[in-house]
Amino acid sequence: MNKTLQHPALVRALSFGLLLMLWIAAAELTADASVLPPPWALWAPFAKAAASGALPYHLGMTLWRVVCAFVPAMAIGVALGFLMGRVPSVDQWLDPWLVVFLNLPALVLIVLCYLWIGLNETAAIIAVVLNKIPNVATILREGARALDPNVGAMVQVYRMRPLARLRHVVMPQLAPFIAAAARSGIAVIWKIVLVVEFLGRSSGIGFQIHFYFQLFDVAMVLVYALSFIGVMLLVEALILQPSERRVRRWRTA
Amino acid sequence: MIKVDVRRKAFREEEILRDIRFEMEIGETVAILGTSGIGKSTLLRLIAGIDPAFEGEITRPDKIAMVFQEPVLLPWRSVLENLTLVHPELGAEAAHSALERVGMVDKVQLFPGQLSLGQQRRLALARAFAGRPQLLVMDEPYVSLDPATAEEMLALTEALIAETGPAVMLVTHSEVEAHRLARRCLRLIGRPATIASDLATRSALLSREVHHDRA
Repeated sequence: MNKTLQHPALVRALSFGLLLMLWIAAAELTADASVLPPPWALWAPFAKAAASGALPYHLGMTLWRVVCAFVPAMAIGVALGFLMGRVPSVDQWLDPWLVVFLNLPALVLIVLCYLWIGLNETAAIIAVVLNKIPNVATILREGARALDPNVGAMVQVYRMRPLARLRHVVMPQLAPFIAAAARSGIAVIWKIVLVVEFLGRSSGIGFQIHFYFQLFDVAMVLVYALSFIGVMLLVEALILQPSERRVRRWRTA
Repeated sequence: MIKVDVRRKAFREEEILRDIRFEMEIGETVAILGTSGIGKSTLLRLIAGIDPAFEGEITRPDKIAMVFQEPVLLPWRSVLENLTLVHPELGAEAAHSALERVGMVDKVQLFPGQLSLGQQRRLALARAFAGRPQLLVMDEPYVSLDPATAEEMLALTEALIAETGPAVMLVTHSEVEAHRLARRCLRLIGRPATIASDLATRSALLSREVHHDRA
């Protein structure tokens, strides 16, 4: 293949361009802006929603909920997964729970949380956290099982201090698993947050999509959805990818 | 003084070691010989305190160092940090001179993955001696090195043992290595393995002129 066509950034841009072309072609074919508007028809409603303050407000609410759910889900999931990977009896006791919660549909957990706790913010966050913990725990359990036993023996002979072990021996080995859990986690969490908002909140992207769904306003649904995808791509490019590159530095050096 | 009294060591039902009793002084080097799979490494892990599940008693000093079959470094930390994280009491100067002693002082900022196997093993040696151990346990420290590098490592080990003066327990296949470093040789045989002979090596008896591998 031509060398310039192999440049990663160029391939990425071309790939996005192709998706855009597909959208334009589909919009041409349907020829009905109320069913599928072409990309440029979204600019005016986007600018209006951004200027009115509605878009930033709802975007901010959803982002806030994503953060509120992401932090405890990661913390609890990492701790639980690590314990399950290291202590066989904990694994035996908790594995059936994990299977149940992994296979419980997100929707069921959300509805139950709203029914039991009430239609409030606590219920919304708890529903998302409970949905995400099993995934994080499953990934981290594999990470904890994969810890190098030779390094463990070395650390024991030389009596490294517990904090130094955690920071310089355990964490570097778990880092790829934590990064994988975080990246898949953030993607899943924001989708579940939208469902939670759709069903029982009066703010956030999910609520707005629900509102415009009832008005059959495809353009506004797309505006809200795409804005959030944009924000998540930024988070990915500015926070997740650089931190992953940093912890992987020793592999490529 | 190091006292080893292993009455029984088994993995599940399979008995590996039985009635292994010997003593050694600080400053003494003992080689453990035996065919592969006989349980030499298992015995070393008991002596180093990595594996506490056995019947018997081992009296060992506090400061122990171990050189493994693999270098067993922290690949995600620099050469210097591999020394200072394991020995936090070591100052920057002492760490540098420890690396200088094994000829690694120009590599301090590299990651272990950027070193050759010989260099990784030298770093492992530096790490072992940097803590001034009273007991040094070595599990086939020169396997998979080419003869010249192995010879260089052997000479380096001899010098470092002479400087630091720990009790050294060395597991090896090579009689040459055993006879060169150790004054005393324990041979394991049987299943479960036990000590077949406890002999002074030629290096203790003769001067060290002739080394030929009988194995």
